[in-house]
Amino acid sequence: MKKMKLVMIGNGMAGVRTLEELLKIAPDMYDITVFGAEPHPNYNRILLSPVLAGEQTIDEIILNPLSWYEEHGITLHLGKTVVDVDRARRVVTAADGTVAEYERLLITTGSNPFILPVPGKDLIGVIAYRDIADTNTMIETAKTHKHAVVIGGGLLGLEAANGLMLRGMSVTVVHISSWLMERQLDTVAGKLLEKSLADRGLKFELGAHTAALLGNDEGRVRAVQFKDGREIPADLVVMAAGIRPNTTLAEKIGLHCQRGIVVTDTMQTVTDARIYSVGECAAHRGIAYGLVAPLFEQGKVCATHLAHFGIGRYTGSQTSTKLKVTGIDLFSAGDFMGGEGCEEILLSDPTAPGGGIYKKLVIKDDKLVGACLYGDTVDGSWYFKLLREGRSVADIRDRLMFGESNIGDTGHEGHNKAAAMADSDEVCGCNGVNKGAICKAIKDKGLFTLEEVRKHTKASASCGSCTGLVEQLIMFTAGGDYSATPKKKAMCGCTDHSHQEVRDAIFKDHLTSIPQLMQHLGWKTPNGCASCRPALNYYLISSWPKEAKDDPQSRFINERSHANIQKDGTYSVIPRMWGGETTADELRRIADAVDKYKIPTVKVTGGQRIDLLGVKKEDLVNVWKDIGMPSGHAYAKALRTVKTCVGSEWCRMGTQDSTQMGKDLERAMWRMYAPHKVKFAVSGCPRNCAEAGIKDVGIIGVDSGWEMYVAGNGGIKTEVAHFFTKLKTAEEVLEYTGAFMQLYRKEGWYLERTVHYVSRVGLDYVKKKILDDHEGRKALWAELQFALDGEPDPWFDFDKARVDTRQFQPLQPQLASSATSA
Amino acid sequence: MTTWTPICRIDDIPVLGSRRVLREKGAAVALFRTETNEVFALLDRCPHKAGQLSQGIVFGSSVACPLHNWTIGLHDGQAAAPDVGCTPRFAVRIEDGAVSLKADELATLGTELPLPMAGPCLRHAA
Repeated sequence: MKKMKLVMIGNGMAGVRTLEELLKIAPDMYDITVFGAEPHPNYNRILLSPVLAGEQTIDEIILNPLSWYEEHGITLHLGKTVVDVDRARRVVTAADGTVAEYERLLITTGSNPFILPVPGKDLIGVIAYRDIADTNTMIETAKTHKHAVVIGGGLLGLEAANGLMLRGMSVTVVHISSWLMERQLDTVAGKLLEKSLADRGLKFELGAHTAALLGNDEGRVRAVQFKDGREIPADLVVMAAGIRPNTTLAEKIGLHCQRGIVVTDTMQTVTDARIYSVGECAAHRGIAYGLVAPLFEQGKVCATHLAHFGIGRYTGSQTSTKLKVTGIDLFSAGDFMGGEGCEEILLSDPTAPGGGIYKKLVIKDDKLVGACLYGDTVDGSWYFKLLREGRSVADIRDRLMFGESNIGDTGHEGHNKAAAMADSDEVCGCNGVNKGAICKAIKDKGLFTLEEVRKHTKASASCGSCTGLVEQLIMFTAGGDYSATPKKKAMCGCTDHSHQEVRDAIFKDHLTSIPQLMQHLGWKTPNGCASCRPALNYYLISSWPKEAKDDPQSRFINERSHANIQKDGTYSVIPRMWGGETTADELRRIADAVDKYKIPTVKVTGGQRIDLLGVKKEDLVNVWKDIGMPSGHAYAKALRTVKTCVGSEWCRMGTQDSTQMGKDLERAMWRMYAPHKVKFAVSGCPRNCAEAGIKDVGIIGVDSGWEMYVAGNGGIKTEVAHFFTKLKTAEEVLEYTGAFMQLYRKEGWYLERTVHYVSRVGLDYVKKKILDDHEGRKALWAELQFALDGEPDPWFDFDKARVDTRQFQPLQPQLASSATSA
Repeated sequence: MTTWTPICRIDDIPVLGSRRVLREKGAAVALFRTETNEVFALLDRCPHKAGQLSQGIVFGSSVACPLHNWTIGLHDGQAAAPDVGCTPRFAVRIEDGAVSLKADELATLGTELPLPMAGPCLRHAA
């Protein structure tokens, strides 16, 4: 097949990323020609500030060396500015007369710095801050000249000023507003930033209007003059007063432009279907983005359309801001200024070590709508997530300010400033990834987003408690940003549907099998993946009990073999011990099985049970049979343990028979599959020896009855359970606990623990459903009892539990005598 | 001349599932059956941390390792990007529903690769 011709005008980050995405999915579809006005291959423009500051070199920020273009057969015209496009003949022309034909055209001309229209703007020594040439001019000027003035106290201006100061110049920042970065920070944070930068040696002229730039006899700038007549010396003036989408060419060739080249959700220009545009020059739904993550997302969407896959829509991004000045942490997102109808939560400690801490959270209608952090930004990503999801924060409002990290984050030694960490310090405690490894991967592999870093390094990919640190590292190493799109997250790559949409469809359309569901909802893969199939299987059997059939091949191995796989491929077996009570008889049988099957490790678990570790898969069936105790479901997303204290039967402090209560709860709800594992505990008095405060449901006996707590968690984020209600009788405890569980089973997303479920829907909602709606509660409890009635014990009733027993028998190659030759 | 060793019937392998074939030496061989009744054989050993691929979830023509969810292609034994690694694959013959593996591959392929260890034997090993 003859290749089509693709021409790209502009050789920047967004455009080249689009080509990379395209080459990944359709490597042989196009003959590609690229025009770049600069004489350099694609480099990381965001990292010009660290280059200026002397922290990195130009070579280090090259993203695609010339060899990359060669490898992929791309014709590269460097230093050639395209001046015209004949859309009828489909030919582009560069200033030097170079022409190229196209069938698809991609315009990625980026943006231009805004040059203040003041007298003297064309003097020598007056520059913008946009590309390598500007950066080199600044570095060279700093060697020979003394005074620099940066016009513009925004992100770019401050980064330029900081760099020039580090290069030895005396730098004044001139800013029209009365505080710095007024589009990202409120007054207080802006002032803290000013003080911190002033302490480093920067000078400021705030609320100052530049009237003219004055030159000397040689035509070089010598001073900046303000409207009030004052002058300050300047051998170098850097204009950093904002950028404008570069639409000069697009307008000339008649493409519709309005604050950028207007594109659709498929990144096609609205004027000419053969012409696409991504990056800072493109206006999508009225917004021209300037951050890397949204632009890369645009690139990905654009690539799928160029490749004729016709999938993917770009639907806009929410963005946030960080400043790349080493040692200064600030973060802002959303409507951080507040105003009418908004409430603010503030924390202010202006004299805290390291330049002060200031945090402002803006809440509207019980939702977080804006955040502005200075000095401590590790929770930025958490706030940003809350902001994007738009969920109610009413139930966590009292703890919101203290961030996600105040509730027991573990695994990164309590670090909250990535810049202060040594390369050997561990960032991700789950996967053992240290700072050095993450930074190296970011640099070597050109990673920009959290998702990319997760994929390549596994950091932050498991429990996620180090996400804030990883994002800081991305920021400082690659200049990546926090920006992220979708509020609605697809279940996995196999579908565009979210967990909620799938759950709803199963219920509404009465779907009862995975193939039926996949056809109905247009799954993109023939039989899903290891991520969606277990979720679908759970959704089906929990929505349609006794009707939907369990599919063992869609379950994780533990739930297929009813034991817990270990690192060497052996399994662990934990029999159920109701309420943690056992007998001499049971212990004898366990001991005999340990001897008979040579089980290497016997361990008492935290849930008051006994764990037999290292059982060979072939022995599982016989171990279960010999022990003769019910399955503990210690391997399943199901009810695990019900931990109890000895309670009033023995304890001199006990007020209630907690052991019996625990046994009753366990007998009522064992065999109950759930979105994730579920643990209960029952204590007989408020001394709470059973640690009921960190369980999915915790029951605490008091003299007058039982207190019920829900949605606690002792795991990654130690989360104290919320007080739910006070109950009088054991029957009520069963009913309320069962109803809460059934609500969670019906509404929870797969792999969502009760703590996450409750925080998503809000405790008030759960209270409404269980405490206020008496009929509804009883109905839920009845539903759960119906679902569990007659459910098999998978260790004994193999057929009914759909256990494929063939798995326990390895195959033996048949003897050589029966072998055939060919 | 190739000698084929009969292993089982195709129906002995669950659809979207697998069976393990024990060998005298080395890791087992994992036999996989896809939804379209193709059968593949890989060394039952993930290139990452030697997890038993036979215990993973099979989808499309891939299997997800049960230990850390690496995705391994059944055609070629290659880990899906960005993970990097490869597990040896074995030739499979199906005739009239009978599944056979090559005798020489059964005897030698991948036998030098160490098996994963856990439990008290780690202490002795150290």
